[in-house]
Amino acid sequence: MNKITPSIEDAIASIEDGMTVMIGGFGGSGAPIELIDALVTRYKETGSPGRLTVVNNNAGNGAVGIAAMIYAGMVAKMVCSFPRSTDSRAFTERYHAGEIELELVPQGTLAERIRAGGAGIPAFYTPTSFGTDIAKGKPVAEFDGRPYVQERWLKADVAIIKAELADAKGNLTYNKAARNFAPLMAMAAAKTIVQARQVVEPGAIDPEHVVTPGIFVDTIVEVTDPRQEEALLRESARLKEGAGA
Amino acid sequence: MTAKLTNAQIAWRAAQDIQDGAYVNLGIGFPEMVAKFKPQGREVIYHTENGVLDFGEAPPAGEEDWDLINAGKKAVTLNPGASFFHHADSFAMVRGGHLDVAILGAYEVAENGDLANWSTGPKSVPAVGGAMDLVHGAKRVCVITDHVTKDGKPKLVERCSLPLTGVGCVTTVYTSLAVVEIIDKRFVLREKLPSISMEDLQAVTGAKLVVEGACKDLIVPEV
Repeated sequence: MNKITPSIEDAIASIEDGMTVMIGGFGGSGAPIELIDALVTRYKETGSPGRLTVVNNNAGNGAVGIAAMIYAGMVAKMVCSFPRSTDSRAFTERYHAGEIELELVPQGTLAERIRAGGAGIPAFYTPTSFGTDIAKGKPVAEFDGRPYVQERWLKADVAIIKAELADAKGNLTYNKAARNFAPLMAMAAAKTIVQARQVVEPGAIDPEHVVTPGIFVDTIVEVTDPRQEEALLRESARLKEGAGA
Repeated sequence: MTAKLTNAQIAWRAAQDIQDGAYVNLGIGFPEMVAKFKPQGREVIYHTENGVLDFGEAPPAGEEDWDLINAGKKAVTLNPGASFFHHADSFAMVRGGHLDVAILGAYEVAENGDLANWSTGPKSVPAVGGAMDLVHGAKRVCVITDHVTKDGKPKLVERCSLPLTGVGCVTTVYTSLAVVEIIDKRFVLREKLPSISMEDLQAVTGAKLVVEGACKDLIVPEV
């Protein structure tokens, strides 16, 4: 078994127009920048994949990562909990222009919907959002005297995530808090594409330390010196300040 | 209007009620300040929604690891014994009743415990983050806030007028003038600044303040 692909372009070749794409990361932590860049480049060159539904905690910052996808015009809908950031103009402008749809989901509900999608649980009940605008139109039921809101699973055609170590069988580890949504998204997508900082031999990751078991992973590409979204944003802010001074 | 507590003093007061050994989530922004005033000798373990338990202070400038951040997307450090986990486990800690205290900001708090703190209306892009999850599950859900809005309107009200974050969820409110507990859908006044009269405090509060037993003086050092 070998899930390693040498080229990043090959890794994302199966992503098509209109797909739902889960993208790992919380802000810049865990954002798979190189996979996203390859998608944006492909879209600019070929016009595909467009009309995507993107699932992420946020809706982009600055002009890199998901913000670059939105600026390129390839995102039709965002499913997220917090579409604001230090510079969320990419999303905000298109949202106000009516050019991008938003499904706002409380953060813990978003995580649990994705987990449920990967676990074969079509719906569940949560106390979160009961009595709020977010719960409008959703079934409510009482358990042990307390009201709960029914939420449905969330699945995707593809997940693109960033890992620290990977082996050819698809076992993954992550770097610190960059883990966030990635293990859940890997479960919930029909196909999971991973950029890993280092590919190691099967067995090199202690089975006790595997975070995402290989069964949830389809394709791995090694990106040995991955860029970090927050570091990129801060670097470009510094350069701008320098240019203005 | 009489003197009122600064934000730092409100944070100090809230910090005094965090017990030794507590697991605590501090909301983004003003609530993060509470960590600065943890009483000496108490051990507190901080949780952040994005998947870290037992994080410490910010690293020195230039030493940030941007894969090690809190929910406010600020760089943090780790204490010995820290752990990482994915988002579903993180919110299991939240909704599953495992946190002792959550501290949040507020636009409005109602006497029935309803909280409005995520949306000021339909004009802006809606963004909720983890607030709607955090108000359910923590054993104490505390609000820290100025007693009134910038233009002097009460923030403690009979019923919230802004979109709700949660229903009947707030247990304690620490304001710039008073400490108020919510018991049986009433504001029970526990402490007030000695310099403000009951009448003046009631006048800037949008719902009835009930006094049960003693109402202590709210005394906070300069911080």
